[in-house]
Amino acid sequence: MKINYKGNIDLTIGAGGRAMNQLIHDLMLAEFDNEFLAQQGDQAILPPANGKLAFSTDSYVVSPLFFNGGDIGSLAINGTVNDLAVGGAIPLYIAAGFIIEEGFPLAQLREIVKSMANAAKTANVKIVTGDTKVVEKGKGDGIFINTSGIGVVENDWVATSPQDDDLVIINGAIGDHGMAIMSKRQGLNFASDISSDCAALNSLITSLAPYQKHIKVMRDPTRGGVSAVLNEWATFYNCSFEIDEEKLLINESVRGLSEILGLDPLHIANEGKVMLVVAKDYADEICTLMKNHPLGQESRIIAKVNPANQVKVSMKTLFGGLRRVDWLNGEQLPRIC
Amino acid sequence: MKYIDEFRNSQVAKKLIENIQRKINPERKYNLMEFCGGHTHAIHRYGINQILPANIKLIHGPGCPVCVLPIPRIDQAIWLANQPDVILCSYADMLRVPGDKQDSLLKAKARGAQIQIVYSVLDALEIAKNQPDKMIIFFAIGFETTTPPTAHAILEAEKMGLNNFKVFCNHVLTPVAMAAILDDNEVKIDGFIGPSHVSIIVGSDAYREVAQKYQKPVVIAGFEPLDVLQSIEYLIDLINKNKSDIINQYTRAVNPEGNLKAQEIIARVLEKRQQFSWRGLGQIAKSGLKIRHEYASFDAEVQYNLPEFQSDDVKSCECPQILRGIKEPKDCKLFGKACTPENPMGACMVSSEGACAAAFQYSLISR
Repeated sequence: MKINYKGNIDLTIGAGGRAMNQLIHDLMLAEFDNEFLAQQGDQAILPPANGKLAFSTDSYVVSPLFFNGGDIGSLAINGTVNDLAVGGAIPLYIAAGFIIEEGFPLAQLREIVKSMANAAKTANVKIVTGDTKVVEKGKGDGIFINTSGIGVVENDWVATSPQDDDLVIINGAIGDHGMAIMSKRQGLNFASDISSDCAALNSLITSLAPYQKHIKVMRDPTRGGVSAVLNEWATFYNCSFEIDEEKLLINESVRGLSEILGLDPLHIANEGKVMLVVAKDYADEICTLMKNHPLGQESRIIAKVNPANQVKVSMKTLFGGLRRVDWLNGEQLPRIC
Repeated sequence: MKYIDEFRNSQVAKKLIENIQRKINPERKYNLMEFCGGHTHAIHRYGINQILPANIKLIHGPGCPVCVLPIPRIDQAIWLANQPDVILCSYADMLRVPGDKQDSLLKAKARGAQIQIVYSVLDALEIAKNQPDKMIIFFAIGFETTTPPTAHAILEAEKMGLNNFKVFCNHVLTPVAMAAILDDNEVKIDGFIGPSHVSIIVGSDAYREVAQKYQKPVVIAGFEPLDVLQSIEYLIDLINKNKSDIINQYTRAVNPEGNLKAQEIIARVLEKRQQFSWRGLGQIAKSGLKIRHEYASFDAEVQYNLPEFQSDDVKSCECPQILRGIKEPKDCKLFGKACTPENPMGACMVSSEGACAAAFQYSLISR
């Protein structure tokens, strides 16, 4: 019997019997298709890796599930891939856990699973093990996905402390993902062309291998945006950062919506951006190399490292004034990742 | 971005700064109060306070409606949200505002109260229409800017016969509050950077009484940084000539008489209260609005037997002095220590438009 994708997830599917088995077999196994998943064990047995392992996990609860430029499926793969990649690892394997609410449309589940499969293919990672649970109606919000990933650090790259005068590079415009979600938020209904930047960054980061010893630290500015990353770094490495407002790239629609909603794009989440602290003398070369990659065409230097200061992150404004750039202070944002 | 970038041009800003520098009298101080939180925010966000000459002091006024709402009104909103079958609809920035014992709507929501964030009162009306078995209470706050939509929603609800829509009215009046600040002898204000959006509704003439009575110039200013700089230049001119005129810098939106249609709707549905309490400023006569008797069926204060709450502002909080321009955020010993945006103790730290929150978030002072 075939699955009727016009139907909904019910508790029979969640019971772990034949129906669940069929769903996993016909949908997940078919879409994620790879030799490790085909073992169908309670675990995936993986070959030895050539270097230190990187291991990361993240849960995805984004609302709405589908948005311009992506969906919870592509986000769940790219997010974990990026968390591995910014540690200098080559992402290899992903474990996926689904928590689905009773009544969730099977057609949407299929769309999400296909999107995960596509994202995994693009990022060159394999979804090697997984789990599916169904919770009663009202006990979840459609679908939640957890992904964990393993990568290998083949070279000996490790993050090191930024030095004075080092520069901060980002691979393009800020705030696209958060605003793509915001504009679709219930009650807002903006007709906007903002598309999430959701993308896997591992191939862009790998392309920088020739310069790896000049890269001090990398991070993907997701929740809390660019300001959160800089504030975290400043605290952890005991240094300060000065952003040059003129250098920031913010798409027109993102700026417009930020104005209306009173948000600062520096606080808004990205899902396809990487920030790198690099040695000053190599910043231009690294930036040029990044521009050769499809995900790095708009790469630019946006900030510099200064000695530790009680103001951890500041910004030279377009007006020539200097202002503090603080952490986001608990604003009301929808779930964005 | 069109209609925005023109008002943030750094070259024009340089020119305006030069004008201001040329015009100021170095022998004197210029104490200018920007009444609106929107101006406070712009001043900090663009670092305007740092590029002005040192003898121009910007005093951040009480024009942040979220900040000045007194604690007992927040306690009453929480009480309303806890009533059976009620959905309390609120603007997002009210949710974190602490009531008594640091309770808030956000905490009440976490405990199970039905609280819905809306961007407009019309969203609340829509919810009322779609959920007839629930009682929808709109937590109405704000100056004259947000008042007309509230009044309009009540008229719409009446037209649609929506019995499950109520308003908890907390609207307050700007010119009255300006006068109340100037009534204080300690206050040293030489002129006002006047409200932007409020003035669209009330018109620039609405400040004439205050300007004349207290002999203070008012320049109605737009919210963009160049608006603020140009208004400061106008104020310096007026102060130097000892004039207490009203100049409308924000001519692209404000006219002398204001939005008459909006004023008419407000007058039809709402009327002045004898007294209203302001967080940080205390009781001010005829400074707040309530729903007229004819529309009492939409008035949450009438329809629910609202308990009176008693709670005072935190004793060591300097908000009353900061809102009057007598002290600055950094003069308060709570600032940045016991009192932060995550855990605000007083009015000025509550919303990002408050004087202390803006200073905390943007300025380079230590904390």
